[in-house]
Amino acid sequence: MKRYLPSAIFLVIILMLWQLGAGHMDAAYILPTPMGILRKLWELREPLFMIHLPATMKVTAIGLVISIVLGIGLAVLMDASSVVEQALYPIVIASQTIPTTAIAPLFVVWFGYGIWSKIVVTILMTFFPITITVFDGFKSVKREMEELLISYGATKKDIFIKLKLPTALPHFFSAIKMAIPLSVIGAAIGEWLGAQSGLGYFSRRMMTQLDGAGVFAPIILLSAVAMILVGVINLLENILIKWRKEL
Amino acid sequence: MLTFKNVTFRYPEDSEAMMTNLSFHVDRGEFVSLIGASGCGKSTIFRLINRLLEADQGEIYVDGKEIHGIKSYAGYMPQKDLLFPWRTIEKNLCLPMEIQKKSKAEQEKRVAEVLKEVGLEDYRNKYPKDLSGGMRQRISFARTLLTDADLMLLDEPFSALDALTRMDMQEWLLSQWQHFHKTILFITHDVEEAIFLSKKIYIITDTPITELEVVEVPEGYPRDREFLRRPDIEALKAKLTMKLRRQVM
Repeated sequence: MKRYLPSAIFLVIILMLWQLGAGHMDAAYILPTPMGILRKLWELREPLFMIHLPATMKVTAIGLVISIVLGIGLAVLMDASSVVEQALYPIVIASQTIPTTAIAPLFVVWFGYGIWSKIVVTILMTFFPITITVFDGFKSVKREMEELLISYGATKKDIFIKLKLPTALPHFFSAIKMAIPLSVIGAAIGEWLGAQSGLGYFSRRMMTQLDGAGVFAPIILLSAVAMILVGVINLLENILIKWRKEL
Repeated sequence: MLTFKNVTFRYPEDSEAMMTNLSFHVDRGEFVSLIGASGCGKSTIFRLINRLLEADQGEIYVDGKEIHGIKSYAGYMPQKDLLFPWRTIEKNLCLPMEIQKKSKAEQEKRVAEVLKEVGLEDYRNKYPKDLSGGMRQRISFARTLLTDADLMLLDEPFSALDALTRMDMQEWLLSQWQHFHKTILFITHDVEEAIFLSKKIYIITDTPITELEVVEVPEGYPRDREFLRRPDIEALKAKLTMKLRRQVM
């Protein structure tokens, strides 16, 4: 906990400055105070927590699961075949330069205002980092360890299960930690572009009503959820791979 | 036990061969050290035996059988212990047996036996990070034993250890060799280590390797460190050191 103290103190200082500055400015529709945002969060707790948060979490969860399955699948394929790697790796890297927010409106045209346009945005934002990070995990296997297994008569399958998977596990956790905030952002962007529910949608609706605190409240909630999820993954990682430092 | 017959090998990126028509033989149950300057091809010989590299010409036989037709004929112990940090000591030891698809019951039985032999029964459920350098090398040796191969290839296994642990490990290795009756081919840079451990020392004097110079150590087993101070052994040590230094220069 001690290592988080400097950032906690820094955060408190920023919030205090924000509170003072925004209070002095007195224009809550542009810059609400942190206390004002918290008040709004409490006032709107029912629609936020009961309707919009579950809607965003549904998009996030479905998008993330599909990204994990596709990302790991593609990483395994690229690791198994150098032809697949040569064909796909440059495309995967290049695809990261596509400005997702710019092409996201297209998905609404293609998939409509339902859940799938948001899920596609989420997948697009998270699929590639997961693929690259897990693939790099497979590639980080120590050559000597692989040779040791070969000297025991190991098959490619043995090497994959007994060496590559455990070696890539820390990379997998890093990928998930990176993908969670991205998936939340992806879901919110999708909802901004057109939805009937969700925190992104709610934030946009509040904007049209010039309710500054109402715009911030769902954003704060999104950040808090993302941080909690990353914290849970961190905890899991610490339990499951205590040996990480030895790699 | 091990026979090289006219083996020629060249790394694809090199213009010159690493060895040409190399032939040598190691008898069953022998402890043979292989010495030579860095980069002279000692590890290449191991990699050829392990089939991590394929010879351009010639054949390698283990127990009279060409190695392409047999499996699990050599146990390899590298310089680093290469214990898998995510596996307990028990699971690390099971690795070669898992690959050979031995039953769980047999794996457990053999691990218990070997851990007792190497004196580390209490570490069965520990992780490699909980062990000292010497202990890790013992486990690495035990894992090599569990390949069940009669031929063991030890590639500078003690080079990363401190001097005292290294001496302990050398004496321990001799006792293990005498107990398990394995054939050991041992790579080292340390002339004294080679003399202390081996019955024969094979010296790589030139590259490309065309032959190995063989030196017999005039001492039987069991050995203690006293014999290393004998004038004839001191002279042998000086002679071998000179040979290696000449290669470096």
